[in-house]
Amino acid sequence: MQPGQLSETWQMDRSRWYLLLIIVFLLGGAWTLLSRVSTAETTNGAPPPSPREGFSAPDFTLELLGGGEMSLSELRGQAVMINLWASWCPPCRAEMPAIERVYQDLKDEGLVVLAVNTTFQDSEAAAVEFVAEFGLTFPVLLDRTGAVSNRYQLRGLPSTYFVDREGVIRAVVVGGPMSEGLIRSKVQELLQEAP
Amino acid sequence: MLPTLSIGSFVLQTPGLALLAGVYLAMALIEKDAARLKLNKEHVYNMVFWGLVIGVVGARLAYAARYFSVYLQTPLSLFALNPQTLSPVDGALIGLLAAMVYGWRKALPLRPTLDALTAGLAAFMIAMGLAHLLSGDAFGAPTRLPWGIELWGEVRHPTQVYEIILAVAIFVAVRRWPMGHKGNGLNFLLFVALSAAARLFLEAFRGDSLIWGDGWRAAQVISLGILMAALWLMGRWRNPSPSSESHYEN
Repeated sequence: MQPGQLSETWQMDRSRWYLLLIIVFLLGGAWTLLSRVSTAETTNGAPPPSPREGFSAPDFTLELLGGGEMSLSELRGQAVMINLWASWCPPCRAEMPAIERVYQDLKDEGLVVLAVNTTFQDSEAAAVEFVAEFGLTFPVLLDRTGAVSNRYQLRGLPSTYFVDREGVIRAVVVGGPMSEGLIRSKVQELLQEAP
Repeated sequence: MLPTLSIGSFVLQTPGLALLAGVYLAMALIEKDAARLKLNKEHVYNMVFWGLVIGVVGARLAYAARYFSVYLQTPLSLFALNPQTLSPVDGALIGLLAAMVYGWRKALPLRPTLDALTAGLAAFMIAMGLAHLLSGDAFGAPTRLPWGIELWGEVRHPTQVYEIILAVAIFVAVRRWPMGHKGNGLNFLLFVALSAAARLFLEAFRGDSLIWGDGWRAAQVISLGILMAALWLMGRWRNPSPSSESHYEN
């Protein structure tokens, strides 16, 4: 078919054009009607666990640096920021002071920061030194086997997941360093929602 | 799915790269078609360019306005190279408005200009589908069909692949068989109508649809409205407008 030929073929009188419009509307409407679903059949309903926006954050239990254990599911009802890091990663070092500042400002409003050290590719001694160097006060967890990094499909360090009070991931930031403005705006979004 | 590519400590966002490639290709096609339609190609190119730039800046400012107190504390964050702190809908509206103002100031004729944008927009839609495939966004509903793909813990319709196939078909249609007389805007309307019809069809296979009321998929309702509006306008624009006629006479 040559350019412009289509225009010749669709030249039809007005009544036939309106008939086409009605047919298209009826077919489109019927398809829309047939495609209706319940909210549970899409992520508009209950999202399955997966490390991405709109889905439930996969649960985990990890050892804390300094002793004890912590599970993500224990924190349901609170705004949680999960940050996967390593001591040798320059953007992780660059963004950690901003995370600490935001945590200090907003912990009383219900912010929890979980700093998951990717210990399987780092070392516990280096993590201890790092925490002391930056004076970190939030919980630091140790992913010794890489199981949590695998579940969160870690592709780059740092990776940060902002999880709302319902346990749903609302934002994912891969790479860094994150600006303080980015961290604050994402956290504020979570904290503004009613518990 | 390959949302990021790590090169040492540097993380490349592959969907962003696909979109950038789409913008580059779209701009090249728009410039070429503007010349073919006897428009001032520099004006058309600049209209799109400034629309994009002002759209991105507007998206960041709109985001900052929403979290004003945060940006007041850390104003340098306004310049952070992070797409997460953009407000896309506001940015699109601001960019569109900026492009319209530019086109109006440069007296670009509406219908030939819209036709000049058509192939570029159609090419960008292919890049958008590719970006969805790389990021895993716009994913499908669970299926047992043999061509289903494993994504987010389930075998799903490869809706991103469907999206790319239809976008390529639409690109070929508007590029190879443009509708209407040269520059009368019908080819642009054909692109809008086909894109709306494609979304109306594809949304039925999506697993992330926003639901309105009693199970209606919002994107299908909106697409049907856009499809009808485009077809109605096609009937109205069958004849060349006086402004586009005078454009080709001069």
